[in-house]
Amino acid sequence: MKNIEFRTAASAQGGLVVMAGVPGVAAGSRVQLRDHAGRVRSGLVIRSANDAVLVEVFEGTDALDLERTWVRFLEEPYKLPVSRDILGRVFNGSGRPCDGRPPVISADRRDINGEPLNPAARAYPREFIQTGISAIDGMNSLTRGQKLPIFSGGGLPHNQVAAQIVRQAKLLGEESAEFVIVFAAFGASHADARFFQESFEESGVLNKVVMFLNLADEPVIERLLTPRAALTAAEYLAFDLDYHVLVVMTDMTAYAEALREVAVLRGDVPARKGYPGYLYSDLAELYERAGRIKNRRGSITMIPVLSMPSDDITHPIPDLTGYITEGQIVLGRELSNQGVYPPVTVLPSLSRLMKDGIGKNFTREDHPHVASQLFASYAKALEVRGLAAIIGAEELSDADRRTLAFADAFERRFINQGEDEDRSIHETLNLAWDLLSMLPPESLIRVSEEELAKYHKGAA
Amino acid sequence: MGKILEINGPLVKLDLPQTVLGEQVRVGRLGLVGEVISRDGNTALAQLYEDTAGLCPGEEAEGLGWPLSVELGPGLLGGIFDGVQRPLQAMWEQSGDRIARGVAVASLPRDRRWYFVPDPGRRAGMPLAGGEVLGTVQETESIQHRILVPPRVQGELLELAPEGEHTVEEVIGRVRLADGRIEKLHLFHRWPVRTPRPFRQRDHAVAPLITGQRILDTFYPLLKGGKAAIPGPFGAGKTMLQHQVARWCNAQIVIYVGCGERGNELTDVLESMPTLTDPHTGRPLMERTLLVANTSNMPVVAREASIYVGITLAEYFRDQGYDVVMVADSTSRWAEALREVAGRLGQMPVEEGYPAYLGSRLAAFYERAGRVETLAGDHGSVTLIGAVSPPGGDFSEPVTSHTKEIIQTFWALSKELADARHYPAVDWLESFSGYVSSAAKWWADNIDPGWEAARAAALDLLAASEELQRIVNLVGVEALSSEQRWTLEAASLIKEGLLQQAATDEVDSFASPEKQFALLTALLDIYRQGMKLVKLGAPARRLIQMPLLAQARRWKSQHSSDDLEALKAKIAAIPAAFEPLLLEYAPAAPSSAMEEIRP
Ligand SMILES: Nc1ncnc2c1ncn2[C@@H]1O[C@H](COP(=O)(O)OP(=O)(O)OP(=O)(O)O)[C@@H](O)[C@H]1O
Ligand SMILES: [Mg+2]
Repeated sequence: MKNIEFRTAASAQGGLVVMAGVPGVAAGSRVQLRDHAGRVRSGLVIRSANDAVLVEVFEGTDALDLERTWVRFLEEPYKLPVSRDILGRVFNGSGRPCDGRPPVISADRRDINGEPLNPAARAYPREFIQTGISAIDGMNSLTRGQKLPIFSGGGLPHNQVAAQIVRQAKLLGEESAEFVIVFAAFGASHADARFFQESFEESGVLNKVVMFLNLADEPVIERLLTPRAALTAAEYLAFDLDYHVLVVMTDMTAYAEALREVAVLRGDVPARKGYPGYLYSDLAELYERAGRIKNRRGSITMIPVLSMPSDDITHPIPDLTGYITEGQIVLGRELSNQGVYPPVTVLPSLSRLMKDGIGKNFTREDHPHVASQLFASYAKALEVRGLAAIIGAEELSDADRRTLAFADAFERRFINQGEDEDRSIHETLNLAWDLLSMLPPESLIRVSEEELAKYHKGAA
Repeated sequence: MGKILEINGPLVKLDLPQTVLGEQVRVGRLGLVGEVISRDGNTALAQLYEDTAGLCPGEEAEGLGWPLSVELGPGLLGGIFDGVQRPLQAMWEQSGDRIARGVAVASLPRDRRWYFVPDPGRRAGMPLAGGEVLGTVQETESIQHRILVPPRVQGELLELAPEGEHTVEEVIGRVRLADGRIEKLHLFHRWPVRTPRPFRQRDHAVAPLITGQRILDTFYPLLKGGKAAIPGPFGAGKTMLQHQVARWCNAQIVIYVGCGERGNELTDVLESMPTLTDPHTGRPLMERTLLVANTSNMPVVAREASIYVGITLAEYFRDQGYDVVMVADSTSRWAEALREVAGRLGQMPVEEGYPAYLGSRLAAFYERAGRVETLAGDHGSVTLIGAVSPPGGDFSEPVTSHTKEIIQTFWALSKELADARHYPAVDWLESFSGYVSSAAKWWADNIDPGWEAARAAALDLLAASEELQRIVNLVGVEALSSEQRWTLEAASLIKEGLLQQAATDEVDSFASPEKQFALLTALLDIYRQGMKLVKLGAPARRLIQMPLLAQARRWKSQHSSDDLEALKAKIAAIPAAFEPLLLEYAPAAPSSAMEEIRP
């Protein structure tokens, strides 16, 4: 069957082709279409019956002449050949090399859909990764094996933040990063892709990076494959070759939009904003591929980047992502406009795995309490700031004025830092105490009395 | 033998006459299992519990003759099962890190031998009815597994094995049924998950489920046998709160169902439970806990089933006379699985893509909670706590709104509280409990008759401060009277010193009812004494500066439930802290004024 070309396309619409008279085609099988111009397109069987097979075509069905379309069913799912040689290579959105170098030859070809990890096989991520960024390390720490997305918006410096994390990420006590990087871009602009390429080049890690690029002008449906191919490479590097893998994927919104496009063509019942009800499960199939496995050395740490349509965190894409990932780093326009970099809006940001990877035996004993106190004090300070905007700063009490000064200093000195500034967790925590010392010790309930005595500059 | 006609996602159309709705089918070379969800002439439509990629039209299919069922017997506790009760630990050992398809592993270990002790009252020749206790197996140190007669079996006991070791499959007894057939009895039996297990009658729920969480036990109590929901946006703390309940509640058995959520959260339970001890029995928590896991990346049809597998396991332990708690995280993912299948069936969506029967399915599921008199004449209960994950945190969406009508206790989580890291982020204004008066009776009998009044006073204070906060947000705190400022301060004391209770705080993660009540009354006492002073003319500013307020906020983390004497000593010293101010503002009669403000 693999070698037979069928010329039985009965209809084509949007990205879907219905094939007639092809009995016994396997669901999920890969398809090759040759059009009248000799161009080969690829596709996937999404519904199979003896009398009709529904094929999704990644390059779309534009200009298909049904009479002159030849279709082969390859009887296997999409696979990615894997070997050590993928490091340093650049692939297109469906996993074919596009760096002008020869294909990766390997007998080991993996189904890009992967298989669900048995929850009993997982090992809980507990190793603190120092990113050198105070807003992350101090208040939303990343751990090895975590999936922690960056929620951003058009024009915000999410690429810079992601690149800075990639450059600076290391375990405590480690000299430099011992990560390999899998970078996947879908629907990203050429400029974005170039930005990352140059950033990897500058830090001299290009030979430790695998790239999968489906750029903004490339086939939309192919985007459904890109993260899967990238994660297949990541799993191979992490769990076969024992590497610690940092996966950066951008932009998840482009992925979800591609999924919606296909769902509409298929006639799937929409849930919210036209996105199909299975968007959650589909995203989870990707995000849940991050993690650690018992008795394996490697790990997959995932940093997906997504732009929130209209900066709306309740939009289905950030919303469902937040429901799956282990926290989120939220970038905000307001801070960014004030010149704060990285513009991390700390209150809606969260790292769920932080609590198990910081503190006494991991970072410093005061870290959990300091983080909690910063959140509480800053939340309070924002209330005061809101109040000041209404009644005027002159009307504020002394205590409130101090609180206000704290908020400003917190944003200017703690959150704000240089794109190349790599702060150690000790520097971050000491800085936090400098700022907390602006507040009276009796207002700092989340830290212990011992910690106050030890670190608060104004404590007796 | 039938064959596959069409594959469409998890749905497979089969040419398979003579199957019935709900029947299990095995399909294709891989032997994937699923269940029939609709029939039309000779064709049956089945939903498969595993990914269908690679299946071809024309491959074989067969009906198995039974509905989706679970195995009930010793070997469940401490285990982790997938959405159709396959043992994940055993599967990991056999087939590696990934869940391969078509793997069939028995739910209960077949080679393990259990020491069975027959019930001394059972003799050959005696009548035997479904649900009665045949004997016991000490499954874990803290849990005695009662071996039950399968609910539908009734007849005359012909023989029962003597004390000794058996595997679950060995015959331990025989019964002659009414129609003369002989039924063999084993340490386990099977039960279809979509059919509630029978009981004699429903009982009133009477005792609160103590979770050790103040905002729950003291403010929005749940009863053993009750139904509760925890709605909240992502990251608000639903899972953490359910973990807390699973850890510390005073149920005898805990069933944790991870339904369409994260793999690492189950790993967390698996890794932490064995190291924690049950504050009520002193035994490792894992001994009473059982996990059902269908994580978000596992097939969606098995996710739909996982909830029913969980509740059937819960009912089974209830039938042994235990108080069981089942937490389900998240019922929204279950509803979405339902929606996905309904969509593929082409059923008419009514709201946000959900089928019209969403509400009735939810209600039928929660209806399986309750306290009952078992067939054996014991009392047992199933308490159900479901997390709800509303899209965009919008509580008006279908799953939240339907659930809200069904449950009695509503623990609403708030994004604002979570953002400020006020945990548990249970919103004290949005939440409710329909069980307060029953709980009050228990608190009055077991802890203190003043509980209900103290609870109400604290809630009033919180409500009053909410009003005042609105004013402050408009015109600033300076516009308030001293009384109002003190009310605001006292409410903040309640929030920080009582409602906030970090799961990560080793001392305060669990608070006994005694500790809860001691803190509640202590903080209210501070409020009242202060108010008295304000009324005597003391400015709120002076009171707010008292070191006592900062100290009292720390008490919860300084004294564990085992260390109440020290806490009570601090509480006893509250009046002394007010003494200097009292001398100043009521110099004439300090001691009599003191008398007056004591409750
Ligand atoms: N009671 C608590 N004590 C301390 N920390 C908490 C508590 N509740 C929540 N948190 C913090 O908030 C984080 C998010 O909580 P959790 O994972 O329970 O949210 P969730 O509501 O289940 O989110 P999702 O719907 O995405 O699963 C936790 O990782 C923890 O850091
Ligand atoms: Mg959760």
